[in-house]
Amino acid sequence: MRKLAQVLRFYLTGAIILLVLWELAAQIMQLPIVPTPQKVAVKLVQVFGDFIAIHSLYSLGRIAAGLALAVGIGYPLGLLMGYSARADRFLAPLVYLTYPVPKIALLPILMLLAGVGELSKILMIFLIIVFQVVIAVRDAIKAIPLEMYYPLYSLGASRWQLVREVIFPATWPKFLTAVRVAMATAVSVLFFTETFGTQYGMGYFIMDAWLRVNYLEMYAGIVVLSALGLLLFGLIDALEYLTCRWQRQQEA
Amino acid sequence: MPSIAMKDVTVDYATGKNTYRALASVSLTVPQGTVCAVIGPSGCGKSTMLKAAAGLLTPTSGMVSVDGAPVSPAQQSIGYLQQNYGLLPWRTVAENIRLACRIKGRSIDEAAYVALCRQLGLSDLLGRYPRELSGGQQQRVSLARVFLLRPDILLMDEPFSALDAITREEMQEVFRALWQASQVTTILVTHYVEEALYLGQQIVLMAPQPGHIAEIIANPLAGQTAARGTAAFQQQALALRQKIRAMRQMPGEVAAHA
Repeated sequence: MRKLAQVLRFYLTGAIILLVLWELAAQIMQLPIVPTPQKVAVKLVQVFGDFIAIHSLYSLGRIAAGLALAVGIGYPLGLLMGYSARADRFLAPLVYLTYPVPKIALLPILMLLAGVGELSKILMIFLIIVFQVVIAVRDAIKAIPLEMYYPLYSLGASRWQLVREVIFPATWPKFLTAVRVAMATAVSVLFFTETFGTQYGMGYFIMDAWLRVNYLEMYAGIVVLSALGLLLFGLIDALEYLTCRWQRQQEA
Repeated sequence: MPSIAMKDVTVDYATGKNTYRALASVSLTVPQGTVCAVIGPSGCGKSTMLKAAAGLLTPTSGMVSVDGAPVSPAQQSIGYLQQNYGLLPWRTVAENIRLACRIKGRSIDEAAYVALCRQLGLSDLLGRYPRELSGGQQQRVSLARVFLLRPDILLMDEPFSALDAITREEMQEVFRALWQASQVTTILVTHYVEEALYLGQQIVLMAPQPGHIAEIIANPLAGQTAARGTAAFQQQALALRQKIRAMRQMPGEVAAHA
């Protein structure tokens, strides 16, 4: 509980600093494109329930689907590559060649193949997260020292028990880190994909407000999208805190 | 309580194109209810022999049997204690102690569990994680795990080597007390002459290049705490040490300045 208060204070400090900077910029520039935070806050309260909520739910849903797909395919693939040297020999070149390709550049192809609807947006998020997951899980398994398995080998543990007792816990923290890193990219790419072929999602909402020259709504959208990213980040942090107790520094 | 028998156990390791013989035709019988201490210079194949005995590696030729049946971690219950304690970092002390029985699918004798934790001074540490413990405490946890399992055989690979001298002697006493109660057939690999003399009724001296048994010595001094400081004990220790030192200067190796 004390930890939670600490984290909240940490976030609050950051938010206050940001708001002060924003306010200063707005006062100095005096332009409609840089409104003050108060005005945006008032607008946000007005339009959140009626307009923004539904858009943010669409965005969240796409991220959740893309993430689920990436974990569902990436984790077993990383497991296979980390565990079997032969699978790694076949798959590693493929992963290494495709990993640095900017996935967003594939969007036109994805949209031609999967349509401009939901599927191409979800696949885009999937593509961004899956490589991080595969590589993190594979490397984490390779980093497990052989001696870590001995206590289980000597007890005649089954393969499933090895996965459950050693491989899964040893890869979990690195897996979470990979998802967290990929998540920031995924949210920005989602913004971009949502400017095509949909009338729902935070990307659509922000660009639409911009085209309507409704800067206050646009800012409200930006604030919500940022909050969405922060929420996902915070959720992963919380999950790590709760499930990786053994890694915590001793609390005084 | 079963005995352990090794017959012509040979182990080759493949290093790139070459194969390297780590163990050459080792035959050894450990009678039931005794401790066999294995000692020798580094590179003499002690750990390899123990891994073969534990079924962690399959010998190139020869065979290890426990009570007449080929060794198998799945069929028998083998207590294996390693130098780095073999604890799972993501499990608490309590979970680590209970791990062996859980993997084996055995029900845990709760009274024995509580008694063991008390005897090893772990009762207040059960909720902690291994990284929060000292080396001696971690080794107590792995001892608790092994003795709660009540294994058919016990194999220990330099279990006390990473501990400081005082903790090491303390742990030898703790082990001795636990062992007295269960009399499990044990192979103990060590590089401490005194540890071998104190714990092993039978002392196996191994020599390198390739690893083989040089000598098997019966040790009447085993288990006598009082004998530890006596002249006879010191003399035996000195004699053993000289034998090991002599091996290190065998032809084929650069002689060390002793």
